[in-house]
Amino acid sequence: MRRPSVRRLTALFAAALLIPAVAGCGVDEDDAGLVIYSGRNEKLVKPLLDELEKAVGTTVAVRYGESAELAAQIQEEGAKTKAGLFFSQDAGALGALSTKGLLEKLPQESLDKVDPAFRGGAGDWVGTSGRVRVLAYNPGQVTKVPDSVHDLVKPEWKGKIGYVPTNASFQAFVTGMRVLEGDDAARAWLGGLKANEPKVYDNNLKVLEGVGKGEVSLGLVNHYYWYEQVAEKGEAKVKSKIHFLPGGDPGALVNVAGVGLVKGGSQTPAAQKAVDFLLSEKAQKYFADDTKEYPLAAGVTSTVKNLPPLASLDAPKIDLGKLESLQETLKMLQDAGMV
Amino acid sequence: MSSTDPVPRTDPAARPTGVSTPAGRLRAGARPPAVLLIPAAVAAAFALLPLGYLAVRSLERGPAFAWDVIANERTAQLLARSLTLAAVVVTACLLLGISLAWLTVRTALPGARAWSVLVTLPLAVPSYVAAFAWLSAFPDLVGFSGAALALTLVSFPYVYLPVTAVLRGADPAQEEVSRSLGHGPLKTFLRVTLPQVRPAAAGGSVLVALYVFSDFGAVSLMRYDTFTRGIYTSYRASFDRTPAAALSVVLVVMTVLLVAAEARTRGRAGHARTGAGTARPAVPAPLGRWRTPALAWCTAVTAVAVLTPLGTLGYWLAVGNSATWDPAGLLDTAGTTLAVAASGAALTTLLALPVGVIAARHHGRTAHLLEQSAYAGHALPGITVALSLVFFAVRYAEPLYQELPLLVCAYAVLFLPVAVGATRAAVLQSPPVLEEVARSLGRSPLRVLREVTVPLAAPGVAAGAALTFVVCMKELPATLLLRPTGMDTLATRLWTETGTGSFAAAAPYAAALILLAAVPSYLLGRHRT
Repeated sequence: MRRPSVRRLTALFAAALLIPAVAGCGVDEDDAGLVIYSGRNEKLVKPLLDELEKAVGTTVAVRYGESAELAAQIQEEGAKTKAGLFFSQDAGALGALSTKGLLEKLPQESLDKVDPAFRGGAGDWVGTSGRVRVLAYNPGQVTKVPDSVHDLVKPEWKGKIGYVPTNASFQAFVTGMRVLEGDDAARAWLGGLKANEPKVYDNNLKVLEGVGKGEVSLGLVNHYYWYEQVAEKGEAKVKSKIHFLPGGDPGALVNVAGVGLVKGGSQTPAAQKAVDFLLSEKAQKYFADDTKEYPLAAGVTSTVKNLPPLASLDAPKIDLGKLESLQETLKMLQDAGMV
Repeated sequence: MSSTDPVPRTDPAARPTGVSTPAGRLRAGARPPAVLLIPAAVAAAFALLPLGYLAVRSLERGPAFAWDVIANERTAQLLARSLTLAAVVVTACLLLGISLAWLTVRTALPGARAWSVLVTLPLAVPSYVAAFAWLSAFPDLVGFSGAALALTLVSFPYVYLPVTAVLRGADPAQEEVSRSLGHGPLKTFLRVTLPQVRPAAAGGSVLVALYVFSDFGAVSLMRYDTFTRGIYTSYRASFDRTPAAALSVVLVVMTVLLVAAEARTRGRAGHARTGAGTARPAVPAPLGRWRTPALAWCTAVTAVAVLTPLGTLGYWLAVGNSATWDPAGLLDTAGTTLAVAASGAALTTLLALPVGVIAARHHGRTAHLLEQSAYAGHALPGITVALSLVFFAVRYAEPLYQELPLLVCAYAVLFLPVAVGATRAAVLQSPPVLEEVARSLGRSPLRVLREVTVPLAAPGVAAGAALTFVVCMKELPATLLLRPTGMDTLATRLWTETGTGSFAAAAPYAAALILLAAVPSYLLGRHRT
């Protein structure tokens, strides 16, 4: 009984070792004209990137991953990187690569399509779509929605706030508050929020559901979750509402997803075409309609019902490149016992 | 045959006449033959790659910077949290793994074969799926208890599988002697069976502990800050590799200490037949009035560990409207996953074999060093191992970069200890005297290995290979960075779908993962007689 089983095992191993050799024949990315490292989810952007392939006129291969991990990978690859274009979920990862000098400067005409507030200071990355921090509220429980996140530390909101402390957008917002108002103010605000015993959720969608069900009265979320819920369930079934904060409040931070040309990827012409495609009306409409984000290129407005134009929002003025280091924010959150 | 030593090397002091013998000592001090030493050294060098990378990265800005990162109050705090979590999870896994192994292999448990397949299934559940399942049922289960529960339920098969392999191969004579002396089943279990499975259980415990150290998915969802979560956060928050590398070094030190401690306590454990004869299947112990409680125990564990994630998948399918059936895509992804995981398991098992044999049969510094090297990187988070391979591949093996062979190598680096542990436990249990006889008959070390050691240890090695296969299948962070562009595995699909909250669309991939993992479990379950 034993000997045959060993022989069988050996045969299995031999077969298993051969499989990748055979399977490997089918995979060949070397003929790809452009390689995109995408920190944005495949489900969200694949249809767009399929269009992009047609627009740039060369084969496009996309690697999907987490933005931060892909940024680390590009740093590790250095001059031998395979990436021509880095499509990041947030400005921070792009800022980090920019600081390390790993991004190529973009042509001015590409940059000029987007408001300077939504592109890298060094001109080596540009935002492609925006997302706004908003307050979600339950209209049955809240008559007067606060106009500033600073109101959330008042005792009247004790136990009535839902948030996701581990969410990158929440952390970016706290970083924004640090940049705008200083570390001491941000620390004090976090302390106040914590003292108000906010309810912790896994993700923004759960916060919205919690607000809708009345588990909490207010929630700190990104705007598009609400629009996506409305699109999926219909407005009548979505019990929450959202409020855009006025007056340049840090709670109204606009963060962006964006792209940068990776140095050493030797795919510059194709990558530049890709950037221009992502800023084209067609792509910008895609972000507005399909991912419910804000189009950033000048002249394109959202067609999503009820989504106020970006220009009408009173977002805080902030250099998004400064959101690069979340380290201090994280330490604050840890010290406050939030993450 | 003149090249081999014609005189068997035996140590008269270590040849007792009793039924149980400290097998590990028999060949203490004997130098491993080159046929083992050279491949083992290759395997060890392979496993040490991430350490080379960590040295480069953590010292990038000078030792002072690295020391600042390490000598932080928070570092000690995170370390303590990881250790506490690992201690609790290991204890729970020992309880579950050993009790279930004994019940399914050695007792007249009704449906033992089915149970033996069922209880290995949780291994196929990625830790973040398990955590997610529990959280969606019990949202308040966050923190330590949630993390401990999720991790225990996905990792107890690390103990169950090697212990089962040992119990299947062990000579039932010792237990029969014990029974004939009037000892009850419990006493026999405690005094005879338990010592027999100790090395396998200890090896499994080390794997569980290292798994807990390296896990990110469950602790992250459960919001319980551990050392690995600190490392991930460092990458994600600062996009800076140096602090993350410095922290990773601490994990490596911790791993080496743990493995060394386990080797010390292992000491003289290890039981093998010294007498003649071949193994024969044990006569299952009757359970008597313990039949119902035993069945209840198996049912409870299966319900908690298998039905919860499956139930969650069903729930996802029922309520989600993102469900899109793409059978062709699913089949394709499943095929790819099978191929890469099988290759990963094959390479890992091959590399682990010499290390495992040396660890079981030879003592001394070389043997210890080899074994510790194999384990050194296992507690590292997948992202660190992946980045180290990116680092080496773009410098020294660029044609392989982002090609399948490199991904397979990554699996070997990540999971070498899984196969080493299983091999070592299996070899420890087979009688060294047979190898000595073979050598005394003039067989070369290679032939001894091929004709005696490996066949005797085959069930254990196979268990290790199966285990490796399953963990390769669900690996995520390294697969994301190292897979060929455009290639998908079930785990990466699961990540994509859950990333946008499309749980219904994710469910088929998760189900396929569990289903595929059932195959090796089933084969091992069949390999009873």
